[in-house]
Amino acid sequence: MVDFLLWAWLGGLMIAAIAGPLGSFMVWRRMAYFGDTLAHAALLGVALGLLLQVNISLAVVLVCLLLAILLSTLMHKRIIATDTLLGILSHASLSLGLVSLSLFSHQNIDLMGFLFGDLLSIGQQDLVWIGCACALVLVVLVWIWRPLLAITVNEELAQVEGINVAWMRTLLMLLVAVVIAVAMKVVGVLLITSLLIIPAAAARRLSNSPEQMALLASLLGMLAVSGGLALSWFYDTPAGPSVVVIASALFFLLFSFPRSFKAA
Amino acid sequence: MSEVLLAAKDLGVKRGQRWLIKGVDLTLSSGQITTVIGPNGAGKSTLVRSLLKLTKTNSGSIETKPKLRIGYMPQKLKLENTLPLSVARFLDLGRHKEHRLSPALWQQLLIKCRAQKLLDRPMQQLSGGETQRILLLRALLRKPHLLVLDEPVQGVDVTGQVALYELIGEVRDILGCGILMVSHDLHLVMAATDQVICLNQHICCSGHPEKVSQDPAFTELFGPQGAGNLALYNHQHNHHHTSHGDIIDGQHHEGCNHG
Repeated sequence: MVDFLLWAWLGGLMIAAIAGPLGSFMVWRRMAYFGDTLAHAALLGVALGLLLQVNISLAVVLVCLLLAILLSTLMHKRIIATDTLLGILSHASLSLGLVSLSLFSHQNIDLMGFLFGDLLSIGQQDLVWIGCACALVLVVLVWIWRPLLAITVNEELAQVEGINVAWMRTLLMLLVAVVIAVAMKVVGVLLITSLLIIPAAAARRLSNSPEQMALLASLLGMLAVSGGLALSWFYDTPAGPSVVVIASALFFLLFSFPRSFKAA
Repeated sequence: MSEVLLAAKDLGVKRGQRWLIKGVDLTLSSGQITTVIGPNGAGKSTLVRSLLKLTKTNSGSIETKPKLRIGYMPQKLKLENTLPLSVARFLDLGRHKEHRLSPALWQQLLIKCRAQKLLDRPMQQLSGGETQRILLLRALLRKPHLLVLDEPVQGVDVTGQVALYELIGEVRDILGCGILMVSHDLHLVMAATDQVICLNQHICCSGHPEKVSQDPAFTELFGPQGAGNLALYNHQHNHHHTSHGDIIDGQHHEGCNHG
């Protein structure tokens, strides 16, 4: 097998694996649009990283996290309806990112790569990064799984029962930010949320417990990455969008099954 | 022996320029059922939420017994359909690391809440009454010193409401906990209550149900019709009082000698 294809495949698998449980939380907590906004802000992170000459992934994580905190503060104040707020910030950050990229970076950058992902450019070095980030996210996620689930079911109940809700929310946003930073390579900022949301949504019908859904979402995501990569290899289609196409196909396939197939 | 669990003094919550509640004093003790009643918008939920520290208070103080364990039953449980969660799993999420019910007590409460057959069902498929019983059961799992119920009978039909209030009374006897309950339908609650607090931004009147129901402030708050309705229900569900004629001179009291 060609080396770069193998790296791409392994990197994609790792990200899909971690996107499963995290994406499930985003589905349960209705954070799809929120994730989109964060992902768009990642481009601003890239611009800042290039400008300040720091590690781009780190800059992306920091910008995403800052925006996440800003967002949840604004949402809490209820100045404006949440979807309007997200709609504004999502596109504002995307445009700001595009503008600052063109202003600050004089070297040629692969804009399409950032927007739609460049899975096939993953090297061994990237693979190590992805591996570390995924391992970190997985460990934290396992560690806070129960309280996170509790606040997802009902935040007030969880708070009265002694869980630090604000802290858990921040941790979850941090994890999403980290995954966005590494998943940018695979599907790009415009399509990241789909890698998080679609496998989780597809897994819903077959699951009876939160853990089952998270695990199944990982497997479906890995299947989508494999299928997308194959599609890209054999038909020379762009890798990132191919992954999303396969994931969506899986989603519709699972939902068109007769109801008897549905979990009780 | 009843012990003071929580004492609030001069509690006030302000939103913008408006006081939602103001100058509220209240004391909750173990083994006692306290019911907060009042018309819509009287600040009942605000009061409960401020006692639970779910909302910021702008004046006053709340003192609690050290390491007070609270069991909370929220008004409603909105669950996403996308979350596959069985009743058993939902209950499990509320378990306390150290303070657990003994297996015998768990069985007893499980049966009392008629939840044995619900455990494997998805949460989203429960009826209103079933959901409330499961929420109550979850609040009990941590062996609370204080049980806080915000409109526990919401979405439950009348027979179910009566049963639920009886259940709450039984729970108090089993666990010996203090109970704070919010209700806007005064008739059903009165009988099962030791202390009533009529709230309308401030405390209009409070005390034993019999005393409160004769208070002019109470009649003013609910109108003579609302206050009068009380007699009917008191009559049916009063297990604590011997002389019913004393409660209210409404048109509904005929002789009833139970209790």
